[in-house]
Amino acid sequence: MSVGVFILVSVIKSALVLFILLTAVAYTVWLERKVVGHMQNRWGPTRVGPFGLLQPAADGLKFLFKEDLTPPHVYKPLFLAAPMMAVTFALTSIAVIPFGNSIPIFGYNIPLQITDLNIGLLLILGVTSMGVYGVALAGWSSNNKYSLLGGLRASAQMVSYEIALGLSLVGVLIQSGSFSLRAIVDAQGGRFLGFIPRWNIFHGQFIGFFIYLMAAYAETNRIPFDLPEAETELVAGYHTEYSSMKFAMFFMAEYANMITVACLATLLFFGGWHGPLFGPPLLEAVLPVFWFVAKVLCFLFLYIWVRGTLPRFRYDQLMSFGWKFLLPLAIANLVATAIAVAW
Amino acid sequence: MSFHLILFLAFGAVCVGGAVNLLAQRHPINSALSLIAVMAALAGEYLLLGAEFVAAVQVIVYAGAIMVLFVFVIMLLNAGEEEETKGSRIALTLGVPGMLTSSVLMAWVVLRHSGTEAVAIGALPGHPIDIAQLLFHDFLLPFEVTSVLILIAIMGAVVLASKPDSGARKVD
Repeated sequence: MSVGVFILVSVIKSALVLFILLTAVAYTVWLERKVVGHMQNRWGPTRVGPFGLLQPAADGLKFLFKEDLTPPHVYKPLFLAAPMMAVTFALTSIAVIPFGNSIPIFGYNIPLQITDLNIGLLLILGVTSMGVYGVALAGWSSNNKYSLLGGLRASAQMVSYEIALGLSLVGVLIQSGSFSLRAIVDAQGGRFLGFIPRWNIFHGQFIGFFIYLMAAYAETNRIPFDLPEAETELVAGYHTEYSSMKFAMFFMAEYANMITVACLATLLFFGGWHGPLFGPPLLEAVLPVFWFVAKVLCFLFLYIWVRGTLPRFRYDQLMSFGWKFLLPLAIANLVATAIAVAW
Repeated sequence: MSFHLILFLAFGAVCVGGAVNLLAQRHPINSALSLIAVMAALAGEYLLLGAEFVAAVQVIVYAGAIMVLFVFVIMLLNAGEEEETKGSRIALTLGVPGMLTSSVLMAWVVLRHSGTEAVAIGALPGHPIDIAQLLFHDFLLPFEVTSVLILIAIMGAVVLASKPDSGARKVD
């Protein structure tokens, strides 16, 4: 592949993936409102379009046309930069996520992934750790004590749970022997005893998966770990002073992070795009992407289900859970995996 | 000029610009953010040199963890703008000549050793597997000793940070 074709393919892929991701973000919001609505015996959005399906478009327009307030005593450069940072870091990590095997287009074999790095997983961890800045700086630059408290809570929480998150993934890394997400998924092909898929969750990483899930919920500041924006104590936490599109950017970042977490859970523990293949060649080519999307949707549903079910932690409970339970468990899981692999 | 060189120079420019901005800014949080930019640009340079793992660790550890703590402290103490002094005598009399001397020394060393054996990109171990082999096989003992050293430092920090009477009183 020449350099020109490579750049062209990369640009097209990036634009396409970004478009799909942003649409997915909009419809995850719709899904959340719908599912939580039904859990609380309400209908959720119904007015705009059939089943309220055009609600995300209406919301987007509403955000665009709302007045963009900037309170008088904020530190302006960072007040403007913080939502941009949040959304940039949230969208970056999708670059290394593979959606399926490669497909041949015009004689080129094009992998369904923007780029396959041999440090793919580390890149995602790095970008996630940079994501703290958006929230922390938003809280600080707003010059509002609720925002500051929210920002402080967010940075403390994300730094604490990052450790458990990282350690929970090391078990998977030991088993697959690579940081590349494509290689990790490829290692999960095949079956045990002819019917159990060789996914990492059935391959000794059962505990690792739950540690990952809990730490990831805390990383994305979702219920039951949404203390940075606990409305009963902090008004809205770090985004109290934000309005219009800047507020929407924090929302987009949160949902994009949710999607990244769901994609990672699918890739690392649930075999990525592996699933039963059948039918004519065309169907067989599309099925892996279908399995991948279906698994990601399951995780997004789980996120919403948890939000509709669990109450919020108290702050000291959150910290002691992270440091005194999750972290030792992650280390124990790591040691057990290492022993099992070395055996 | 190759694409690689252009990227290298661009990251280098960000790096130097960030470092100068770090000194020029009056507000601590701006300085901290410039330092983050320097760290991120350095990660880019490592990546271009074929050291992917070091680049990722640079971002995770320096830009993502240590600098978060810096920002955290600045936010907690709510440090304001620094006041300008008349300028330190020592900085002028010792700092400028010292900086000039070290730059000349570095330039001399680089010029003296350049051209003897230029290392191609990717020739040095940068792949995670190579680094793991070096860390956990060839240099296992120094690596473990370093980790013990860090553990001691952590314990020292805990001792220094805990209040002297907190052990005596029973707190529930």
